This record gives sequence, structure tokens and C-alpha cells, in this order.
Amino acid sequence: MSDIARVLVEVANASRFADPHADDALAVARRLDGLDGVRLARTYELVATRDGALEAPDLDAAIRSLFADPVVERLSIDEPLVFDEGAPAEVVWIRPRRGVTDPVAESARGALRRRGLDGIDVVSGRKLLLFGRGGWTADTLRGLIEKRLANPVIEEIHVGAAAPSPHAPAGARAFARIDVPLRDLDDDALAAVEREHKLSLSLEEMQAIQAFYREADRDPTDVELLTLAQTWSEHCKHKTLRSRIEFDGEIIDGLLQQTVFKATETLARDDCLSVFADNAGVIAFDEHHGIAFKVETHNHPSAIEPYGGAGTGIGGVIRDILGTGLGAKPILNTDVFCFAHTDRDPDTLPRGTLHPATIMRGVVSGVRDYGNRMGIPTPSGALYFDDRYVGNPVVYAGCLGIIPRDKIDKAAQPGDRIIAIGGRTGRDGIGGATFSSAELTSESEVVDATSVQIGNPIMEKRVMEGLLRARDEGLYNAVTDCGAGGFSSAVGEMGEETGADVELSTAPLKYAGLSPAEIWLSEAQERMILAVPEQHVARLTEVMALEGVEVADLGRFTDDARLRITFRDEVHCDLPMAFLHDGLPKTTRTATWQAPTVEAPPIPERVDWSDTLGDILAMPNVASKEWVIRQYDHEVQAGTVVKPLQGPRCDGPGDAIVVKPLADSDKGVAVACGMNPHQGDLDPYHMAINAVDEALRNLAVVGCPPARAALLDNFSWGNPRRPEMLGALVLASKGCYDAALAYRAPFVSGKDSLNNEFAHDGETISIPHTLLISAMGVIDDVARPATIDLKAAGNALYVAGVTRAELGASHLHLLLGGRDRPAGGAIPTVDLATAPRALATAATAVEHGLVRTAHDLSEGGLAVAIAEMAFTGSVGVTLDLDAVPTDGALAAHEVLFAETPTRIAFEVAPDAVDAFEALWREAGVPCARIGDTTDGDRLVATHGGSTVLDASLDALRARWQTPLLPETGDVR
Amino acid sequence: MTTIDALVLRAPGTNCEHETARALAMAGATPVVRHIREVDRDRSDLERARIVVFPGGFSYGDDLGAGRIQAEEVRATLGEPLRALIDRGGLVLGICNGFQVLVKLGLLPDVAPERASPDLSLTWNDCGHYVDRWVHLAVESSNSPFLRHVPKTIYVPIAHAEGKLVARDDAVLDRLAANGQIALRYADPDGRPAGAPWNPNGSARDIAGITDPTGRVLGLMPHPERNVLPEHHPARRAAADRAPDGLAFFVSAVETIRRDQ
Repeated sequence: MSDIARVLVEVANASRFADPHADDALAVARRLDGLDGVRLARTYELVATRDGALEAPDLDAAIRSLFADPVVERLSIDEPLVFDEGAPAEVVWIRPRRGVTDPVAESARGALRRRGLDGIDVVSGRKLLLFGRGGWTADTLRGLIEKRLANPVIEEIHVGAAAPSPHAPAGARAFARIDVPLRDLDDDALAAVEREHKLSLSLEEMQAIQAFYREADRDPTDVELLTLAQTWSEHCKHKTLRSRIEFDGEIIDGLLQQTVFKATETLARDDCLSVFADNAGVIAFDEHHGIAFKVETHNHPSAIEPYGGAGTGIGGVIRDILGTGLGAKPILNTDVFCFAHTDRDPDTLPRGTLHPATIMRGVVSGVRDYGNRMGIPTPSGALYFDDRYVGNPVVYAGCLGIIPRDKIDKAAQPGDRIIAIGGRTGRDGIGGATFSSAELTSESEVVDATSVQIGNPIMEKRVMEGLLRARDEGLYNAVTDCGAGGFSSAVGEMGEETGADVELSTAPLKYAGLSPAEIWLSEAQERMILAVPEQHVARLTEVMALEGVEVADLGRFTDDARLRITFRDEVHCDLPMAFLHDGLPKTTRTATWQAPTVEAPPIPERVDWSDTLGDILAMPNVASKEWVIRQYDHEVQAGTVVKPLQGPRCDGPGDAIVVKPLADSDKGVAVACGMNPHQGDLDPYHMAINAVDEALRNLAVVGCPPARAALLDNFSWGNPRRPEMLGALVLASKGCYDAALAYRAPFVSGKDSLNNEFAHDGETISIPHTLLISAMGVIDDVARPATIDLKAAGNALYVAGVTRAELGASHLHLLLGGRDRPAGGAIPTVDLATAPRALATAATAVEHGLVRTAHDLSEGGLAVAIAEMAFTGSVGVTLDLDAVPTDGALAAHEVLFAETPTRIAFEVAPDAVDAFEALWREAGVPCARIGDTTDGDRLVATHGGSTVLDASLDALRARWQTPLLPETGDVR
Repeated sequence: MTTIDALVLRAPGTNCEHETARALAMAGATPVVRHIREVDRDRSDLERARIVVFPGGFSYGDDLGAGRIQAEEVRATLGEPLRALIDRGGLVLGICNGFQVLVKLGLLPDVAPERASPDLSLTWNDCGHYVDRWVHLAVESSNSPFLRHVPKTIYVPIAHAEGKLVARDDAVLDRLAANGQIALRYADPDGRPAGAPWNPNGSARDIAGITDPTGRVLGLMPHPERNVLPEHHPARRAAADRAPDGLAFFVSAVETIRRDQ
């Protein structure tokens, strides 16, 4: 038994009030035989960290007024709550593991402290009471709890009526410097050191380190080795994309430099204010402001702990924006996720994976709870499904911010204090940078628990408020966020030109007992590093104190270009910045590509394709994402002026969204994305061009032409040490280059995540080549953009662009051929000679107010686009498909479902028809009237004299609203 | 014209303060945004204010229940001056998290009696999670200065996880109705108060907002400050014959104060 003094508080809903969370738990637990009901209680363990703290006379009253709602809830102290159902058959206690960030507990501690009750630690948890026959085996129970109701990676699970003992407080430890003998090791022994310290470095890199220390005539410390591993990690250095590549005889000296960077340099657009230099790319918004945009990946953490992984993904990219220049103000978040199909039979899951539905729920709630609390709207994103994401989901989190143009430049100056602000440092996410550069295995779930980070969004909100105020007062010379690698990467990057002296014992810790290496490399969230001139430290401290943000002085930036780290004055690291940043040996990698032979599925003989259209609308890549979008606050800041859900019922799928960032300006920022991983199975080059085209045509729909847009690239790829995997990456990069030049749309930022593979039982699953292209552009008047819902009967329908018999990787082929294998056929292609003009013309038509409605043609082709426009607006349609501009004679299914890019559909009122047609004639881009809007409630299409579509709008909408999570029905 | 000072009070996690201040400014008031701790140190902005707004957000993360910790903090620091403001005819508006704060603070539904325990609370939506959607509201009472110029049926968004109003018992709701304190109810598109799906959270009697008995304190879950421009409307235009619905709340308040001066 523990002798630690504790008060245990239990809180639950009074029985006459429904408890939706208990109902959710019951829905998940229903497969337990003989289960009658579930009740949930929140628990708070109060533990004294000072003798007598729990005997304070006011404690009881404070507990009663803080921890329970007096109308809805009941509370008990140091005795179990009793429920109407009587005695539970089983009780399960769930609480965070020791050292896991617990924001609820932090808030509770603060609230107690403000009441004068200090010296009390709080642990928040929950208690699950299962009523019914009972008799479940421990294995059954644990299986259910661990897979669906808790996450053992971050939570302790105790089964039994008695509450688990309180955690003992962490004790202080003494730390001497640890030297790692390296100089005399042979290659095998070097490799063993690499494995032992989990460095994720190659033998060649270990040899370079060994050579450096032989020269220096000493051995490295553990802090130095870990700092080198973090700085040289794929995550931080992007060494694959920057290495020399031999691609089927062609030598590419730095893939990024030769493709996406080069396109940007060649275009030299003067509205690009900062490209590939800072935490985000910045383009001009107006004379006084720039727009910063960054998209990050957080795939590996989300696979292990979806809620924390996705939440800290969005938290991290928000800090990237706060750390761009001297700090941009975040105005929009984006989220793009790829999962395995959510109807997967749990018995077929590879060992060590979570169910895709569990991952999706966790990821969506993680982003929801972080983004919403930050007060940043999340109106933009996408979801994509393929079973190859089963062990390795893809989570892209983006953030866009606005920054004064005179705050874009920054540089730490010698003598500036190194100031850490924000959350305290704990053992969170140790080794995240190296972890995210390695592939996952079925053991990852077990061994990588310390790589998991949990966020505290309100801490980040406080940091944001304080930082932006300090920025406007000019209190610091440079700022960057602590992301992967923690203090190590932040101080290492900021001090690269100057040098830095750091004393680690001044860092505020969450609990005692962290070693110097742990403090230096911790990935605890919500921390940023500032370079502050000595004379501003006091005022900065004051500004942060108003927000309740801690400030710690870690040392100073120097002028000797060395990184020196001490802990209580003992030196743990003394390295030249030059070796740290430029000592990484350059490698040559081999890449190759051979176009695969993928069969196209047979096309059935059919006259009427209405049912097929319904089936495609119900495919999860196409179907409504309303369940996700509504959980995000997509309207906070009151700037979202083109919304993600459109039409009279606010339920149709918008193409691009527009935010209006400034109260006194009508200008807006349009944001969209493009992605089609299935095309990568056939042709990564065209996949990349098509993704750029898709992102840009979404922007065109709201009136932003390609030449005013800027792009971001995010690659999530398999293992690049396999030549064909790297070959696909080369081709996709070349596609990015060619497309950027053709559209005159530069890349301004990007990020890659490699080794997205999952190894289990001797088999390796690589994710599809997943290239996300994000696009942003400035529009002059937020009143202009079109939405996708048809507005009225009696208008003309047009489609711009040529339709070709391109069904490769199309959703028709995926539907007919089965989702478990790549879908063959002719890959959709962009005609780069005419496409930029086509999209510019579309943007002009929208900007000049010539159209009532505009919608891009993407997954599912013309049929899906027109159906979405019709059922969103509840306006009937008749189409004559023979009028569609095509390349040669096409069969009905080809006109309906081909996924040829560079096509947009429009609704045009009769009085604008002449001007609209003249615009396209002048541009020399095919655009044909293909039908009319009607006052009926059906979508009807004819082709070659036959009726090929005839469906009610309600029926099509119902198919499109097929739930993403079958088990929930996606209620509201 | 005299200046009408307004104070928008923020706390850690508040996140709608700037658009709320903008809506006040559009309506003709002169707003300032201040942290509760700043106001606790220097009361002058609060003493000068004719309108005080508790904006939306997640104060202290809503970690111990929506609005609970902020309500505790306001009670301990600004409780008295707020009551003084109401007594001298000032107006208090709580939007979303601000409404949750006012209820948990006890300024709503009724300032006066120091009851042993409160009558009302706001708890988890029936669906158990956060929801952002546009709702129709029926304006049930015109005794509040915030509602005088608001049309009978309006369209504004909600965005919350804990917006379901619950009462200790039916008598509480009957008393609110009898006093004319039920200000706003979720409604169908024709303006008739209605349950799900029009009521987005399961709120008792479809209540979206209430006032104190004087009408000078209004709390509501929907966000009027998110419908003050034509482009805010999902159809991207305002009705031809009137200003954006949300702006009317702020205009009503400002005009009432101006008239009373």
C-alpha cells in the first residue's frame, strides 16, 4: 500500500441527465456479452507535494465548486459514487501514465492555487463502470479497453473496484557527463552504438562523426551524439531530397534544388517575400502585409497515438507560423488525412495497428480540440482512403498566418539572451525527430511510447497572445519554435551563424529527474525560443506574465560559432556549428523507374449509369465530409467568407475557401489543395502535375488565377533507399517543376516525410505515393467568389476544358476493379500549353461576375461534379453530353466519369451568356453549353440519343451522404 | 455624439474577442479588449464601460467544464464592479463561452438572490461533441436592449460542445418564461421554435439565449458577431431589406444606450 496522502474525487452526471460520452462508450463496448449499461465518472486525484496541503480547511469547498457542475453533476470525495444501477460488474480506472502531459490537471492545479491552495498536485482520469452479468475475462476486457476506449501508450488501465495507488513523486537525480567511447571502434561496434542510442544514422554518417572526434582527440558526450543525430535526421535535414541522385543514368545534384526550388528561382515572382528560408513561405498580401503558409506531416506520431499525434501536429505547424519572421498571426488551419477504409474487418488488421476507424476518430478529435481551442478556423482540408494506409496513416496539418512586411526578417545577435517561453520541459517525445525518420513496425506501438507528445492548446494560445504583443513592441531580434529536436534544433538553428552558450539547469521542468540530454532534446510542446536583447528581458517577462507564460533564460548567443552546453557548469557539449550543420556527408543514391503494367477493369455494357453515379458518390473519397468539417470551428475570427459547406442547407462540398484577414480591407486569401495518390500507382510525374492543376483550378473557381497563386509541396513516401521508390519521388518532383513553370505558380515552402512503411510478420506495406499540393492566392474582393450550388432554374450550364478517355486511377475504375488493387487505364494528363490560360479564363469569368456557380471536375468526373452542384442547390438539370468538348468520339461512361484535369463547370444566367462565351472564344479554350438548369428535382443526361442518367436529386444526395464511419451513422 | 465605451473581457483561451470588438465598433461603440487581470489591476475601463461583453472561446480550456474556471476568477475579482455596472444601467452580453461564464457565475438567470445552489447550467450537446452550424432563431422577447432592433427570425452560427441548457426542474423554466427571460429559441426556417435537427444541442425548450429579469444581461450560445457582413452569410449575401442579423444585436444595444442618455 502506498502511504502517499491523497484525496480522490469522483464526478458523474446526475442520473436524470443523459451522458452522451457514456452512451458512446456503451456503443463501442456493446460486443461484451451480457453488458447492460455503462456509466462514466471523471476522477481527480489530489496529492500533497507539501506536508499538510490536503488538510487545508478550504479544500472541501474548493473541490465542490471547481470540479462539478451543481445542476448536472454529482461529486463524491474519498468514497465511490453510487449509481441507480447498483453495484457494477466491473470497474476500470484509466489515467495518464506518469509524465504524460495532462492539461486538465494543469488547469485544476492553477485554479486551486488561485484559491490559495498550493502544494497540491492533480492527476485527472476517468472511471468506467460496466453493469450487467459480468464474468468477462481479463483478456476480453483489456482487449476492448486498450483497443477502443483508452490508449495504453499514454494511459494506465487498472481493472478492479479499488482505485489504483497514487504515483510517487519523481525524485531528483544527479547527472554526471556521459562520454561515449567512439574513436577506437570498428564498423560493427559503431553500428551497435548507433542502435543503442537510437540515432537513426547510417554507418557512413557514424564514420564521419568518428573521424571528427579522432581529429578532436576526444570522445563525444551523449548530448553531442544525440544533438548530431537530431540535426542530421531526415526530418530536420531532408537529406534524401537534397542528396545527389543517379536516376537511370541522369545525375541530379540535389533533387529539391533542381526541381521545386529551381522553378521558384526561375519564376522570380516579386510577390514572393520569403521562400524556403524560414519556418514558412511568405507571399505579399498587400503593401503592408504578407501571408505565411506552412504544411507539416505528423504521420508517425498519429499512427501510435492518433489524438495526441494529430493535435500536436496542428500545434506544431501553428508554432511554425508564430516562428516565421518575427511572428505571423495564424488565421487558418488546413488538414488533410489519409486512412485505410473504416469498414475494415478488425480480424484482418496487421498486428500492432489500430483500427482505421479508431485512428480516424482520434485524429479528427485531436485536430478539433487543438485547433478550436487556439481560435484558428479550420475550414480547409481533404480525406483520402486506401487500405495501404493501414499501418501508417498520413496526417498533414497546415497553418496560414498574416505578418507585417517589416517583421519578416530576423537574426539573433551576439549577446542576445536565449529565452525560452511557454510550457515546461518534460520527458515528452524524446527522439521524435529520429523516430519520425524511421519506419514503423508491429513493435512500434509498444516501444515508442516516449516518442508520443500530448499538447496543451491553451498554453499555446497564451504563448501566441504574449508573443504577438512582444513582437509589436519590438522586444526580440529572432524567434523560432521548438519542434522536433526541442531546444536542440531551435537553439542550434538560431545560433548557426553566431554560436550559443546554454545552461540547461535553468529550464523549467514539469517534474524532477530529467537528464541534461532529456532536457536538451525533449519535444515537450508549446515552447518557443527568442533572442532577446538584455535590456528587453524585463519587459518581455512582464508581457508574458499577463498571459501566465513562464520565461526562462537559457544563456546567450555568442560570436564564436560554437554550441556550448553546460549543466550546473559542467560542459556536456562543445561543438563547432560548422560541423553540426555542414558535417553531414553527402551521399549518392540510386533511383530508377519502370512504368508498371496495371490492367484496367472491364467496363460493363450499360445504357443507364445512374446507379454507378450513386455508387461513386458513396465512395469515401467522394462522399460528404460534413461529419468532420462540422467538428471544426471553421468560422472563428469571423473571416471565413467562402465556407467549406455550401448551398442553402450548408451541406455541399466547396472547392476552395476564402478568408478575409483584415477588418478594413476587402481582400481575401483563397486556399485549396490537390492530391490523387492512386494516380501515383501508374505515373508519379502526371500525378504531380494533376495535383498542381487540381489545387489551382480550385483557386480559379473563387477567382484567383494561377499566376497569382503560390504552392506548397508535401511528400509522404515509402522507403527511398529502394531505387524504384526514389525513382517515383524523382518523377513527382519533375512534375512539380514542369507544372510550376507552366502555371507561373512558384513553390514557397514544403516538407517531406519518408519511410512511411509498416513492417509486420515479414511483410512490408508502403503507403501510396502521397503528394499533397496546397495552394494559396490573394483575391481583391471577397464579394466576388462563386460557390458550387446551382442557384436557379432557367440558367445555362457550361463545361470548360476538353474531356479525354482518361480513366486510369479514376473512381469508376476503382469502383469496378476493387479498391484493393491499383486501377489501370490511361493516366489523366494536363496540356501544359493551354491549361494555364484555361484556369486564368475561369478566374476572370468569376472575378467579373459572369457566373452564378462554378465547380471543378475532379474525383468521379463530370457526372459527380454536376450531381454535387444540382443536389447542393436543389436545382434540376438536363444535360446533352454530345455537346461536351471531347478528344475524339467517347463512350457515355468516358464522358461521364473520365477524370481529365483542367475542367470546370459553370452556371450562367441568360443575360451573361454572350459575355461569358465571348471570354472563352477570345481565350481560345473550348467551353461548351452542355445543358440547362430546370425547376425539376432530377438530374437527366442524354448521350447519342439514349438517356444515360436519370436520377432524383434526393437519392443522389442520400448516396453522397453515406457515413464515413459506418458504426456511428455520422450523426450531426 | 457621445462615445459609448464597451469593454470586451478576455481570459486565457478566449478566442472571439477581436471580432466581437469589431462588431461593437461597426455598431457605433468604442470597444477595448482587456485581459481580466489587467482590469483587476486597473478598474478604469470597467468603470467607464456602458457595455461589457464576455466573448466566445475556451477559457482555461474549459478543462473543468465550460466557463467554470473563468467564472470562479471573475467572481473573485470583478464580481462586485460587474453588479455595480448592471445596477447603474450598464449592459452585459455573454456569447457562447461568455454565456457559459455568466450562467456559472450566477449573473444569469438572475443577479439578485443568493440561492444555495444555481438553477441552470449549460452542458454537453446531445451528440457529445463540438458542432459548428448555422441555426435559425426565434426572438421571443423584446424586453432586452440587445434585442429591440433584432428581426423576429434570424440566422446565425453556433459553434460549441457544451451548449445544451438544462434546468434544475421545470419550475425554473416556467419562471423564466413567465418573467419573459427566454430571449431566443432555436427554430425551423419559418421561425417556429423547434426541436432536432433545428435545435442543435438538445437544449431544454429549445432555448438558445436568456436574459436576467431586467433584460440588461443577455447570454446566448450562437455567435452574432459572426454574421455582421453580407459575406458572412452562407449564401454570401444579406437579405435585401435589412442589415446582417448578427449586427442588429450590437446596434440595438448601442442605440438603447444612446436613447437613454
